[in-house]
Amino acid sequence: MLLLIQYTLIFASVLLLVALGGCFSEHSGVINIGLEGIMVMGALGGALMMKYLPDGTPAVAVILMVIVASVLLGILFSLLLGVAAIQFKADQTLVGTALNLLGTAAAVVIVRAINMAENPDNVSTTVSYMKEKEAFLMKIGKFEFNWFMLIALILLIVAYVVLYKTRFGLRLCACGEHPQAADSVGINVYKMRYAGVIISGALGGLGGVVYITAGVSEWKFENGVAGFGFLALAVMIFGQWKPINIGLAALLFGLFRALSNVYTGFDFLMKLNIPGTLYNMFPYIISLVVLIFVSKKSRAPKAEGIPYDKGQR
Amino acid sequence: MNKKKNARESILRNDGFQTIIASLLCILLGLLVGYIVLLIINPSGAAGAISSILKNFLYYPSAAAATKYLGTTLVKASALLMCSLSVLFAYKVGLFNIGAAGQYVVGAGACLYCAIALRLPWIVCLLAAVLASAIAGGISGALKAYFNVNEVISCIMLNWIGLYAVNMLLSKVKEETTPYTKNLSTTNKSALLPNLGLDKLFSNNEFVGLGLIISIVMAIVVWIILEKTKFGFELKATGMNKLAAKYCGMREKTNIILTMMISGALAGLGAACFYLTGVEQWMVQQTSVPSMGFNGIASAFLGGLNPIGAIFSSYFIQHITSGGSYVDKTMYCAQISDLISAFIIYLCGFVLFFKLWLNRYLDKREEKQGVKAQKGGEA
Repeated sequence: MLLLIQYTLIFASVLLLVALGGCFSEHSGVINIGLEGIMVMGALGGALMMKYLPDGTPAVAVILMVIVASVLLGILFSLLLGVAAIQFKADQTLVGTALNLLGTAAAVVIVRAINMAENPDNVSTTVSYMKEKEAFLMKIGKFEFNWFMLIALILLIVAYVVLYKTRFGLRLCACGEHPQAADSVGINVYKMRYAGVIISGALGGLGGVVYITAGVSEWKFENGVAGFGFLALAVMIFGQWKPINIGLAALLFGLFRALSNVYTGFDFLMKLNIPGTLYNMFPYIISLVVLIFVSKKSRAPKAEGIPYDKGQR
Repeated sequence: MNKKKNARESILRNDGFQTIIASLLCILLGLLVGYIVLLIINPSGAAGAISSILKNFLYYPSAAAATKYLGTTLVKASALLMCSLSVLFAYKVGLFNIGAAGQYVVGAGACLYCAIALRLPWIVCLLAAVLASAIAGGISGALKAYFNVNEVISCIMLNWIGLYAVNMLLSKVKEETTPYTKNLSTTNKSALLPNLGLDKLFSNNEFVGLGLIISIVMAIVVWIILEKTKFGFELKATGMNKLAAKYCGMREKTNIILTMMISGALAGLGAACFYLTGVEQWMVQQTSVPSMGFNGIASAFLGGLNPIGAIFSSYFIQHITSGGSYVDKTMYCAQISDLISAFIIYLCGFVLFFKLWLNRYLDKREEKQGVKAQKGGEA
């Protein structure tokens, strides 16, 4: 049971961070389908940082450096979307999809190049970071507390305050609802949209590194992040683009994702004799069902996905 | 003199010509980026690696071996062509079918199960794949039409559900010692697509056959449907403005579902054309969706969203993807081609902007010339 809670919380943290990222981007008016790729890049940054930090670095420094690395790489990668979608008015879905493919392919190429440079026979796509990973974990009895859970919670509160209580947040929302109106009162729509995309890159990158540290084993980069970026988008839609609701939705989705990891620990679930693969399918099936119920009355930002053109009325 | 100049202008103005130029630019830039990445990894072998990616089957010195592997590349390219047709058909109707990958998986599952477990002849297996994939696509379409579920997200969810379900289904027909499905040529020969003598053309490559012809024919059929029929026009109108289409008396919901079903069926047909040749067996422990559907997105956009263009772009994408396996493995990995094709998709996002810029540039030049001509007349 404790294990279930532990996994639920850590997966919920991943989904929460990434969904908040998507939320900022969409409130500024840019659909970020590329979250998946951004997560992979963030994970890569974090993993490499863990690998190259010298042994004996204090835990606090490890945590900070890893976060900085993943956030920076996430931001850099998200700028590819930003430039294409905001500056060049490209199709956001197309560019986002490209980012997803690009993220996974680039990560595999980079990791393999590093591995092969060290040892020509090593063709795996894993980065060894197991020892450094322990910096994030703290044992409370049998419960393995991960600092990222706390960070995710703090960021949720910050996101709420920023989005609803600050001038920046309200302006950001205005750009996603009616960019022309926002522009007419002197808000720089392009700048705001860049801000939204950059925030989503930062949070997506962070979510990526949390995701790879959540697993027991070292992460294979060729698998990408197994659709988590899209699950996060489903979480965001279920949460109706509101931070607090997103938090609750993330918990629900995290629970179903966690079940696939720990269902063997429950006697009554084992008695049902459902094949393990079915548990793997669960989060995706649930999100489809949830989407059916909430999409009809969607409260998506009105101007999302539409490139802003100053000349248009 | 003047006339000649006008002719050149009009070619630059031509939309098709602009698309071709844009696509070629995307390819060049994509290859350049791939080359730079190779240089960063290991400068000494970069030139060799990029040339082996571009050479692909020409890597083999003997002409017989090269034509044989050309055949294998063509088989894969025909599956890719179907996937790219699937993507572009949906895109023309305003839907982004990122689920081609999942529909492809479902099609593969259906045809392999029918072939190995039920021992059915190829035509039935083919139809089963088409039907299963059409249903998979139709689900996304129905969710979009009736519940306003974003098709991109529902497609991704279905991709994963499809992958796990197919893995589960095909575990029943796998070989006992390996995670691969049973070999078609030993278990059920009647499920193999007929060769139609095409295998002789490619140094007895037994995988080449009907699939090649099906894919080319489908490309032409898709072009005819989209450009020359009322049905295609209705679909495109629905894509441009759902409400206007409804106002004109078109059944916009049915159209959306139909589009996704056709789109899914195309991807499923691609899977059948690939797996029913026996060129590859399904690995039931796959943890990621096969890249065929995603590469379909690349070739659809690279082909300028034109079915005929897709024939060439699919071949190119498959050519470099296959070529990736010939790079020097002691220095690089095969995924470098995935990186190149992913970057090409990214660049395709700029095509619209490129055309806009080109047209604006031409406008300006014409204006200048117009002014000059006027001045000349006055003087």
